[in-house]
Amino acid sequence: MNNIFVYCEIDGIDVSEVSFELLSKGRQLADTLGCELEAVVAGSGIKDYVERQILPFGVDVLHVFDAECLAPYTTLPHAEVLINLFRQEKPQVCLMGATVMGRDLGPRVSSALKSGLTADCTALEIGPHDDRKSGRHYENLLYQIRPAFGGNIIATIVNPDNRPQMATVRPGVMRKAEGDMSREDAKVVYHDVAEYVSPEACVVKVLKREVKKNGNNLGGAQVIVAGGFGVGSKENFEMLHTLAEMLHGEVGASRAAVDAGFCEHDRQIGQTGVTVHPKVYIACGISGQIQHIAGMQDSSIIISVNTDEEAPINAIADYVITGSVEDVLPKMMAALK
Amino acid sequence: MKIIVLAKQVPDTRNVGKDAMTEEGTINRSALSAVFNPDDMNALEQALRIKDANPDTEVSVLTMGPPRAEEIVREGMFRGADKGWLLTDRLFAGADTLATSYALATAIKKLGVPDIIIGGRQAIDGDTAQVGPQVAEKLSLPQVTYAEDVKVNGDVLTITRHIDTGVEVVEVPMPCVVTVTGSAPACRPRNARRTMAEKHCEVMQLSVNDIDGDEQQCGLSGSPTKVKAIQNIVFQAKEVKRLSADEEDIKSLITELQEKKII
Repeated sequence: MNNIFVYCEIDGIDVSEVSFELLSKGRQLADTLGCELEAVVAGSGIKDYVERQILPFGVDVLHVFDAECLAPYTTLPHAEVLINLFRQEKPQVCLMGATVMGRDLGPRVSSALKSGLTADCTALEIGPHDDRKSGRHYENLLYQIRPAFGGNIIATIVNPDNRPQMATVRPGVMRKAEGDMSREDAKVVYHDVAEYVSPEACVVKVLKREVKKNGNNLGGAQVIVAGGFGVGSKENFEMLHTLAEMLHGEVGASRAAVDAGFCEHDRQIGQTGVTVHPKVYIACGISGQIQHIAGMQDSSIIISVNTDEEAPINAIADYVITGSVEDVLPKMMAALK
Repeated sequence: MKIIVLAKQVPDTRNVGKDAMTEEGTINRSALSAVFNPDDMNALEQALRIKDANPDTEVSVLTMGPPRAEEIVREGMFRGADKGWLLTDRLFAGADTLATSYALATAIKKLGVPDIIIGGRQAIDGDTAQVGPQVAEKLSLPQVTYAEDVKVNGDVLTITRHIDTGVEVVEVPMPCVVTVTGSAPACRPRNARRTMAEKHCEVMQLSVNDIDGDEQQCGLSGSPTKVKAIQNIVFQAKEVKRLSADEEDIKSLITELQEKKII
């Protein structure tokens, strides 16, 4: 009762990276709160594969739901698993990835349990809260921190009265813990799926699924050349690709550049895109909305190329080159040769 | 066939001023210019395409917001929707996604559940993508999110979903809820004849009472999530090295990075 639950997303029998990141964060939060960390995983043919992937993250109780109707993922069976499990176990916190799956599943579960859900959190903390209206004091609430309003502000959201406090977090935002933290007394519970999922839940049929492994390696790249609206055109973006290739790096983009069609969506860096931690981040024509900063501020060295000396991103940059992308990038490439 | 398009009027988050937030931490919509949420436009287009293929289809727009949000309904009608409703009431104000989906689902029950409820995947002011699935749950309907193409096949929909690194094709029985991504085809422009004809049309307004709603589940009081704090963004100033775009400056930066074995 009153524990922290992490919904572990799987691809076949492989638990996804974002789930490991959330388990790592969940372990920290559980230690702060003095409660247990529980994990939920649902799929088909996953027994004997998922346990050794999940338990090393310090999970106290692992709930396994293994049945044919649970793979490939469709919303309703997974939602029923979580809704019915949470009605029994009454978690205080539930974390899931802000992925296509988590963003499909989370709201459905929160609606059924009438609990609050905060999407795309960039930080999670524990703290007290005083409700000004009711005058009530709360201890140990989950602070769900996220940029809001197009990234113009940072909001801290709390759910004072409803449980579980639910939050989704984008892949790459939390750091995956290293080393084996398996608990000696960890428990694995194999549930009877029929007790949780009704036959009517399986109404959506997956006819075809074509998923290629991620085409880029932004999450693990050491060097990233990222472009914003200031790059000006799709043609100019080609320069970024050339420079990235010379530096053995990857190309990223701000939301404005993606919206303008300069770059494909899966290269978007920021709160609603990928979070990156490279050694060098070259920001080309990126003004630096908080929504973008949230996804790249942990880069070791930030180089900003911008015509605007006062661009917000310059405040977190180590090097600022005042000039246009068309002018500066060819000079960089020449210097590298 | 009947389709309800869920649409939202959103503040243009690209131009936000200081007075954009109230002291309670909710959005001061009157201080901002308002636009038709982009993903909802893609959803409207999918609905209109179904109507193109099945002319006896009735497409309605449902929105919730302050009185001026009726512009959304009208905009939908200029582009081909048949009619629309605006849920507007002070009691709806300050709603989070759960209270919003309660109001929308309760209104849909009152109006009659259509064959398809379709909306954008997410709105640009909150980016939560929660309202669609929550409306589906409240109506006990199946949901398909991240849709890029929706086709009617008898009494089921065949939907192409745009998922992280690929596509998925699913089949879902009607009635159901569908949310559409911004990568789906853009909405057709206004139809000049319809725009002339519907320019002054009356948009039907619905209050909490009109939909037999429970006040406690609407607006701020129906919202489990509370905004604890709002921070403006202050960047920690670092020690910045400023360079010109001269060849020497750039050359010396690259040399410095190479010498430090950073690149």
